[in-house]
Amino acid sequence: MIKIINLRKSFGDKKVLDGVNLEIERGKITVIIGRSGEGKSVLIKHIIGLLKPDEGAVFLEDQDLTSLRDRDFNEVRKRFGMLFQGAALFDSMTVAGNVGFPLKEHTDLNDEDIGKIVTDKLHRVGLVDVEEMMPSDLSGGMKKRVGLARAIVMDPEIVLFDEPTTGLDPIMSDSIADLVLDTQKALKTTYILITHDIPFTYKIADKIAMLHEGRIIEEGSVEEMKANPNPILRQFLEGRAEGPIKVF
Amino acid sequence: MRRQLESIGRYSEDVVTTAGQMAIMLASAFLYAFTPPIKFRNIFKQMEFVGVQSLFVVILTGSFTGMVLALQSYNALKRFGAESLVGPTVALSMARELGPVLTGLMVTGRAGSAMATELGTMRVTEQIDALFAMAVNPIRYLVVPRVIAGILMFPVLTIVTDFVGVIGGYAVGVKLLGINPGIYIGRTVDFVQMDDIVTGLTKSLVFGLITSLVACYNGFYATGGAEGVGRAATSSVVMGSIMILISDYLMSSFAV
Ligand SMILES: Nc1ncnc2c1ncn2[C@@H]1O[C@H](COP(=O)(O)OP(=O)(O)O)[C@@H](O)[C@H]1O
Ligand SMILES: [Mg+2]
Repeated sequence: MIKIINLRKSFGDKKVLDGVNLEIERGKITVIIGRSGEGKSVLIKHIIGLLKPDEGAVFLEDQDLTSLRDRDFNEVRKRFGMLFQGAALFDSMTVAGNVGFPLKEHTDLNDEDIGKIVTDKLHRVGLVDVEEMMPSDLSGGMKKRVGLARAIVMDPEIVLFDEPTTGLDPIMSDSIADLVLDTQKALKTTYILITHDIPFTYKIADKIAMLHEGRIIEEGSVEEMKANPNPILRQFLEGRAEGPIKVF
Repeated sequence: MRRQLESIGRYSEDVVTTAGQMAIMLASAFLYAFTPPIKFRNIFKQMEFVGVQSLFVVILTGSFTGMVLALQSYNALKRFGAESLVGPTVALSMARELGPVLTGLMVTGRAGSAMATELGTMRVTEQIDALFAMAVNPIRYLVVPRVIAGILMFPVLTIVTDFVGVIGGYAVGVKLLGINPGIYIGRTVDFVQMDDIVTGLTKSLVFGLITSLVACYNGFYATGGAEGVGRAATSSVVMGSIMILISDYLMSSFAV
């Protein structure tokens, strides 16, 4: 469904993406793993057009997104939902205001109908009676849930997740994994996640791809990745300080 | 020597980049301001923020400035036996110069820094990216209402400053220094023309544009976490104030 071809991006002298190639299948959960600062967020921001590549292309079906003008890209973006690393909730709005925001901006629904959809989506992410709370009153895990509710409120075809479990305790991470699986199964949405949380990845991934030094060095199913002998991949999956990846 | 030249080069490059980005922001804000759907609710919210919430500061500044102007001009004019001109001196200085400039500087300090902080926080917590990702143009959603509110509310605030300034001047001139109230008001009405007020309000409109645009620009392009947000707030006040003072001089020299 999405095809990333030879994507390159530098900031100043700093090469972040150095020829990324990756195919993302419709209706599947693809997890991109990699160390912090490897450019996972940069990669995901290219998919939704927050950044423009120096070289390469991102195809959605047979449309090259990188060649789109801003206004046309906005139409495409309505097919996407995104959960940001810190949830990126608008602090000037209530939870209901946040979750209902895309509906208010892009549909003609009245406030009552929006309210119903918002409550329904909040239930779907396991939240009850939080509509009138402000984001600053929520815990980290609740923020992520509200962010997820906002990301899926328009029933997008594709949802992007930037480190959905970073900063959460292991139990909360596991509950987010369940949530990802539940919400994905319902509509067979295409999910793309980036994370460095390995137990989380094993639980949810249909496909794993590892980003290292600006490229996808290995990809495959959970079983394939577990059996893959590549020492860089092994070191990362097993979380060891010794190995081919130098910590300093 | 070489290093100095290089740093001058880099500095001028920064200045040119900043000016360019700001011009682009202004141009797109202008375009979006006239393409529907227009977000009246956001505009009103910002007008309240810029206008109503600045009232107190502006009243305080205006009245004390009017009072001190009356004192000082009385002091000076008395030497020529022209105490009766205190009224018009206060009114003209307020209307043409001090009203718009002081309002501009005070509101830049209050509302400009707050705008830059708000947008800067939204930038570093990815809320601006989230708007983009939800197919909502952040220039249209965030910048346009603030710039419109700045342009509309600065003249209104300036009228308030002018007004309380004149009242402050009257209070000091008449009640404290004993100028005849009839002469004070009569002379003021004789000398001050509509033109003087309009000149001042035109200036304040430009200052409103400068303040809101500079604040939005600094917030919108903030980088580097909480520290970056602080930097954005500071530089919005510094840049805004400098640009107000320079443009004030330029506009005054054209208007003469
Ligand atoms: N807008 C930007 N300007 C300059 N450098 C950036 C920008 N965005 C990301 N980078 C740099 O790119 C690298 C990868 O960042 P990121 O994608 O956030 O890593 P992560 O894999 O942890 O998500 C980092 O070194 C970061 O400093
Ligand atoms: Mg990241």
